[in-house]
Amino acid sequence: MTDTSRIRNFSIIAHIDHGKSTLADRILERTGAIAARDMREQVLDSMDLERERGITIKAQAVRLHYTSPRTGEEYILNLIDTPGHVDFSYEVSRSLAACEGAILLVDAAQGVEAQTLANAYLAIEGGLEVIPVLNKLDLPAADPERVALEVAAVLGGNPGEVLRVSAKTGEGVDALLEAIVDRLPPPAPAGDGTLRALVFDSYYDIYRGVVCYVRVTDGVVATGDPLRFMATGEDLPAEEVGVLTPKAVPVASLSAGEVGYLITGVKEVERIKVGDTVTRRDRPAKQMLPGYREPKPMVFSGLFPTDGDEFERLREALERLRLNDAALVYEPETSRALGFGFRCGFLGLLHMEIVRERLEREYGLELVTTAPSVAFRVRLSGGEIREVRSPQDLPESIERIEISEPMMRVMILTPTEYTGTVMELLQEHRGVMSSMNYLSKERIELVYRVPLAEIVFGFFDQLKSRTRGYGSLDYEVDGYAVSDLVRVDILLNELPVDAFSAIVHKDKAYVYGRKLVDRLRELIPRQLFDVPIQAAIGSRIIARETVKAKRKDVLAKCYGGDVTRKRKLLEKQKEGKRRMKMLGSVEVPQEAFIAVLRVDED
Amino acid sequence: MRTDRPDSPAVVDAAAELVAAYVHVPFCRRLCPYCDFAVQVGGDTDRYVTALLAEIASAEPFSRPLDAVFVGGGTPTSLPPRRLAEVVEQLASRFGLAPGAEVSIEANPEDVDAGVAAGLRTAGFNRISLGVQSLDSSVLRSLGRSHGPEEAVAALGVARRIFPSVNADLIFGTPGDATWIESVRGVLASDVDHLSVYALTVERGTALSRAVAAGAAAPDPDEQADCYQAATAAAEAAGLVRYETSNFARPGRACVYNLITWAQGEYAAFGNGAHRHRDGERSWNIRRVDRYEERVFAGESPVSGREHLTGWNREVERVLLGLRRAAGVPAGSAGSALLASPAGERLVAAGVIAADGDRVRVTRPLLGDEVARELLALEPIEC
Repeated sequence: MTDTSRIRNFSIIAHIDHGKSTLADRILERTGAIAARDMREQVLDSMDLERERGITIKAQAVRLHYTSPRTGEEYILNLIDTPGHVDFSYEVSRSLAACEGAILLVDAAQGVEAQTLANAYLAIEGGLEVIPVLNKLDLPAADPERVALEVAAVLGGNPGEVLRVSAKTGEGVDALLEAIVDRLPPPAPAGDGTLRALVFDSYYDIYRGVVCYVRVTDGVVATGDPLRFMATGEDLPAEEVGVLTPKAVPVASLSAGEVGYLITGVKEVERIKVGDTVTRRDRPAKQMLPGYREPKPMVFSGLFPTDGDEFERLREALERLRLNDAALVYEPETSRALGFGFRCGFLGLLHMEIVRERLEREYGLELVTTAPSVAFRVRLSGGEIREVRSPQDLPESIERIEISEPMMRVMILTPTEYTGTVMELLQEHRGVMSSMNYLSKERIELVYRVPLAEIVFGFFDQLKSRTRGYGSLDYEVDGYAVSDLVRVDILLNELPVDAFSAIVHKDKAYVYGRKLVDRLRELIPRQLFDVPIQAAIGSRIIARETVKAKRKDVLAKCYGGDVTRKRKLLEKQKEGKRRMKMLGSVEVPQEAFIAVLRVDED
Repeated sequence: MRTDRPDSPAVVDAAAELVAAYVHVPFCRRLCPYCDFAVQVGGDTDRYVTALLAEIASAEPFSRPLDAVFVGGGTPTSLPPRRLAEVVEQLASRFGLAPGAEVSIEANPEDVDAGVAAGLRTAGFNRISLGVQSLDSSVLRSLGRSHGPEEAVAALGVARRIFPSVNADLIFGTPGDATWIESVRGVLASDVDHLSVYALTVERGTALSRAVAAGAAAPDPDEQADCYQAATAAAEAAGLVRYETSNFARPGRACVYNLITWAQGEYAAFGNGAHRHRDGERSWNIRRVDRYEERVFAGESPVSGREHLTGWNREVERVLLGLRRAAGVPAGSAGSALLASPAGERLVAAGVIAADGDRVRVTRPLLGDEVARELLALEPIEC
């Protein structure tokens, strides 16, 4: 058992590209976990090791040995990684819950970003001690004085307490290690000795099944212990417990204050929930550790194979992806237009794009994605509340009393010169301002309440373009609000195409319908007959365009000298045709489905 | 068969059993901006003819004499008539010429006066195809042609007097062409018995495609459709019958050489870049003139590529080519599969193709590629 006063559990929180990995590498190096020169080789070696041991190492929580050169005291530092993206803020919060402290790493040239801020708030709310650190002092553009003021404004401290490092050169890293043991508190003393451990992350390993990363809060967990996962009610044995150095090293037990991994032999990732509390089956704890939440999908989209025969392969691919991604949910969906597919739920847009990309790249599937939708709540005449995740499922207007939509609390950081244009953008997206805080003379934080549906379509890109890339964004769930929403349908050659339907605010329905109809007219190639494209709310047509029938599509010459070449040309064109989707009798290219996703971007 | 309508199934199907030879002449006075053929400006024409004669001499004859000879280019009239005569003689002695065989040559209007025409006739040619393209001087200029409308009309007149059969080539849909139908009427008034009308096409790698990429007007397909329909009406009013997508002829005057290619028949070919079809194989000669000559003089084969189609692919090709003709093609397995497919049903419903006894026909020739692509997209059947 380790003396808990010699343990420091901490995370590094930072915006993408602010140098988190480089600093982590440097810390690993300084604590001897990896020799500087061998770093790359070590990492590669560990892959062979993985094969031997049959465990994939995800350096999610690395145990480091540190001896303070000042006092000669020995410490165990557990460096706990956090996922970097806003879609995974719940996961971030669980990782932070495993720590007593956090290093808030800020690029000394870029300054504070919305994501940094969001995670810093999470850390402060979680009662963590935060050490602010400026990175990239080696950059000519670094402006540590200004950024230190910004950081102090966020954290409410003294700019002088902000450490300065260059993760690249290693400058300042020794002082940071001293600050970690000095300023961060050790784990709180254990309770009554009844085991409680937080599952703050999990990972699927093809040989060992689900590997849980745990932080023991009370008691001890030892190999062979009979365990209970309190949220899921699963009773499982502790097949192996261990620590990552970053090699996976089995240990006899993990005690209160310690961090490590736990393998139970479970193969199905959905049986282990991040945020769950592990206790002993024979002496269960009375209360779970706080903060557990079911991962809740926020954005829904239909995924359909371009080729209907690929449905089973899509199912298999989703099953396999889910092994590693418990947040992904899906259920079969049938579309009149697109055939058999799945309605999938994602934590957010990035999550959606990651999943789609992996399906296409890793599984070679060609997919049609329908416009992302949020989960609306519809109050029906009978008083019943129904959740609607797909526009097709929206009950008829006479059956419903009101529709509510999920709201987000959106935090935006921008240079003050863009305040006006950002406020306009938020207003266009039906945002309502909650607060406005100056971080410094040059930077401002805007907090708005915005419908999730409004940020689902290209909002981030618009923010980037309006702030010349300087604006950053974070958001979190903020309840539901009743809204005046309608469903806009698209009819192609008089037939409604369910894949193109969308639920939008009444004030935006006309513009939305007009834009989509115009875009589709450009993207749908001319066919053998006129193809009317209409946007409708119920039976009312709000926009109409026609793709005129094509009149000429023939090679002028086909003679003896051309036969092979012309046939090859036609064969190539035919390949393009194969990628089209038949909607009724209309051939629609893939781009048309993407257009629906992008209709708000121009 | 010389009086039969060129859109009759009997005439076009019979061409499958005929044989032909194509001779390529790559030289041009200047390059037309739309042309992507194997051509070059100037060159040693004597050396080239010597190579042609050698290539012909080493060719394997067919089991029957040639039913058609076609000398195309390029500009065949960049060779003097006596040298062209040598080529025809060489073909006749190596392959034999069937009685009444069609011997056709392409020519530019500015090259054809009474003397040249007589020389070509003496050389053995009985059909001439004139690259008129337009009778509008501004259109001719934008097509990069060397001749003017008067020269074209004069050449047509000379040709008509001297050759039993005369074709005029016209190009439609040149951006800015406001007088298309007058060009059509003009050549019809010259009493041609064959007319080819081609949509101006932006081919890759041409000066035209570079100009269009740089912002010049591209041909508009809807305008081209109007042009085509107007030309069809005018030609038919003048007694010519549309027998292929781009070709019209008086009864008995269909181009035999082309009928053979659309019937998937066999033809030999000589010259740089020339394509042949023999024994189920398509092959083509090296495209560069100097390399072609080097190979032939070294006694090596000038062939640079070949394609051997069998089974389903060959059947698809048969239908693909046959559907270019107004008479259509015996449906066979590919045509039947097309008619039975969902795509085929849509094409029938849209009036683009029709079943006609045991044949299938394209009834809206301007949408022929739509049909061709569906044909190529069919699931192969064992055959």
